[in-house]
Amino acid sequence: MTDHINSRNFSRRTALALPALGFSALSLPGHARAQGDGPPRRGGTLTYAVAAEPPTYDLHATSTFAVMHRVAPHYSTLLRYEAHNYPNVVGDVAESWTAADDRLSYTFKLHSNIRFHDGTPLTSEDVKASYDRLRAPPEGVVSNRLPSFQQIAAIETPDPLTVVFRMKAVDASIMDTFSSPWNSIFSAARLRADPNFPARNVMGSGPFRFVEHVAGSHWAGERFDGYFRDGHPYLDGFRAITMSPSAMVNALSGRQIMAEFRGFTPNERDRIVRALGEDSLVQESSWMLHMILTFNTKQKPFDDARVRRALSLAIDRWGGSQNLSRISQLGQVGGLVRPGSSWSATPEEMQKWPGYGRDMVANRAEAKRLLREAGHENLTFTLLDRNHQPYVTAGIFLIDQWRQIGVRVEHQQAELSAWYAAQGSGNFSALVDSFTQFSDDPTNVLVKYISSDRAEINVSGSTDRELDRLFDQQASTVDPVARKALVRQFETRLFDESYAVPILWWQRIVVMNRRVRGWTMAPTHMIYQDLGDVWLSA
Amino acid sequence: MSASTRDGPVMAWRRRNPVLGFIMAQPLGAAGLVVILVMAAAAIFANVVAPYDPEAIDFLAMLSPPSMEHPLGADAFGRDILTRIIYGARTALTIGFLSSFLGCTIGGLLGVTSAYFGGRVDLILQRFVDIVLSFPIIVLALVVVAVVGHRPIMGIDLNLIAAISIPIMPRAARVIRSAALAVRAMPYVDAARAGGYTHSHIILRHMAPNVLAPYLILLTAYIAQAILLEASLSFLGLGVSEPKPAWGLMLSGDSSNFYQEAPWMILFPGLAISLAVFAFNLFGDSLRDWLDPKFRT
Repeated sequence: MTDHINSRNFSRRTALALPALGFSALSLPGHARAQGDGPPRRGGTLTYAVAAEPPTYDLHATSTFAVMHRVAPHYSTLLRYEAHNYPNVVGDVAESWTAADDRLSYTFKLHSNIRFHDGTPLTSEDVKASYDRLRAPPEGVVSNRLPSFQQIAAIETPDPLTVVFRMKAVDASIMDTFSSPWNSIFSAARLRADPNFPARNVMGSGPFRFVEHVAGSHWAGERFDGYFRDGHPYLDGFRAITMSPSAMVNALSGRQIMAEFRGFTPNERDRIVRALGEDSLVQESSWMLHMILTFNTKQKPFDDARVRRALSLAIDRWGGSQNLSRISQLGQVGGLVRPGSSWSATPEEMQKWPGYGRDMVANRAEAKRLLREAGHENLTFTLLDRNHQPYVTAGIFLIDQWRQIGVRVEHQQAELSAWYAAQGSGNFSALVDSFTQFSDDPTNVLVKYISSDRAEINVSGSTDRELDRLFDQQASTVDPVARKALVRQFETRLFDESYAVPILWWQRIVVMNRRVRGWTMAPTHMIYQDLGDVWLSA
Repeated sequence: MSASTRDGPVMAWRRRNPVLGFIMAQPLGAAGLVVILVMAAAAIFANVVAPYDPEAIDFLAMLSPPSMEHPLGADAFGRDILTRIIYGARTALTIGFLSSFLGCTIGGLLGVTSAYFGGRVDLILQRFVDIVLSFPIIVLALVVVAVVGHRPIMGIDLNLIAAISIPIMPRAARVIRSAALAVRAMPYVDAARAGGYTHSHIILRHMAPNVLAPYLILLTAYIAQAILLEASLSFLGLGVSEPKPAWGLMLSGDSSNFYQEAPWMILFPGLAISLAVFAFNLFGDSLRDWLDPKFRT
């Protein structure tokens, strides 16, 4: 994962060959220590770029990195993923915890020295108020991941430093829920005064105190001296600057910023490396982010499983993976869970799914047969896409694949707001979509594909009670082997129906100035963003 | 005295064979016309002359430099650049001609109407023209295309054509009005009014045909402008959508990412745009000289 690419004599051939190496040699999660951090150094202000403006300050209410990458340094969570050791979980405000043998209750002991930025102590009441807001939001409050909390029956606070979560049923993903970077701890007193306080204000117990947000310009934070972890944070402050992706490349190359934490394309990586030379640090990983082809199952002819399956069959995912990864962030072939994770299918298992077989001649012949059988040999439709990379790359690729089975497709590229509006209103035929999560846990990922009346994020409009049953069953199955088998069943069922199917998974390429130390690379851009461990070398 | 002796050889040829007369009098314009005709032929017969399918991805040819297989190289998807330039000519000429035709025709009719009625109608129409003229042509096209979106019918985006033609209209109206003012003062227009013809009859049958010369000059000049506008809008992501071949689109997207490794990705589409605009401008200028009596010597 951690490596530096020498910029000298960087040829086109090298550029094309590197991504292929990247998967094997560079994409090793947890390898970031190889950069030779040494003893952390105190001081300095980290400047980094964020590509979009935050629609809210409330982590409970959103899923966008535009909020996470600015707001995370100001808050704490109950648990968190251990730095440089994903997906191991350690305590954040929790000093220790125990789970009942039947997994129907979890007891957390909190650190006694935690204070909010206004000086008030953080107690079990604050944890309870935050989780109550997440699982049963008051009117006017948005809880964006409500299904994650459905198994929590009650939250008790026997004393100021103890929190007990009582469960309705076993939830195999509950530890990920407690570690979620989105489930920040807010002040109970502030929430009592205004349940929507976090939407417009920032007041947490994280390593940095909020200074200012100038829309369209920057977000600034300063070191919180009362932070409960001794010696942390190392930085005096941070400044997140709003800029477009193309500007980021120039800003990083010109040393106006030190980092960007989401990811660059292979070509952008090469340009920055050429500019920064030995001062560049490249970290690569697979990414919990996949591109999805979603059909509007309420619209003809996509209400017919044969048409959907034919269009999925026509996609040469293996060829696309090998070649599109040279020019875009699109990377590995995978099912519904991140390829390479402990839950993913093997390539051999994948090849049994429609659209994942390597014999494209046979796949396309079968696709044509299905279309003929469905009476749609000369199918034409419009593919709704976003208007930036790598969505456009995916759209061009899909249209070429479908051209080869005689299907003609109009490529409609929309601005983000129009794209969301079309999703919400169901005003599309087929859609290039994407989905990201903060953990590999199957519940976090499969929720995208259960019936749309249970999960709003399923925009295909499909209803499939068999998928719902399999989802619920895996969510309460603790045995990883049995759970993995259920995930395979879920995937097989989904690919047969093809309401929405993965196209390719993304590859994460983070390039930063080598001065930035202590930051942890992960297969998700949503964690390790509190900057508490980050420091700047001389 | 023979005609050729009295008027010179060009005027003689102009009467006997207008095409040859144009070539002799305006060799640069004729060169422009040849380029336009070649582009038009390439656009019409693109599926015969182009070596590949313009939308076909060839992973083996990704970012290939110019070679026997790909004379102008290949782009990031391995698509043949020569093929996409040939098909791009179809997009450029179709949108360029239709936009210019629509803009100049509607603008021209507004100009003639404004000149014919004069007075308050002329005042209102010309102030409206002034307002629209105060917007830079690219800004106005951007606003229109952003507001109306895209409406492709049989591969032609009608809204894009409208977006490009709207900024052309006031410019055409202003020029045609000035020519029409002279026509309005002609006795035959007064005679037609005295004869009881309707306003529309006089405008369409007596005035409009007499401003045909400036109209044709504007038409050719604005085809070049429209091609540039289409390329600019496509470059900005508001014009033609991938994977359709369009010259401006070929300069954006992956080209801006790979121009250092594969300069042919921007070089040849850029040359195609420049050549087309240059050819139309040369032809338009020469046509003006050819049709304008003041330049006939």
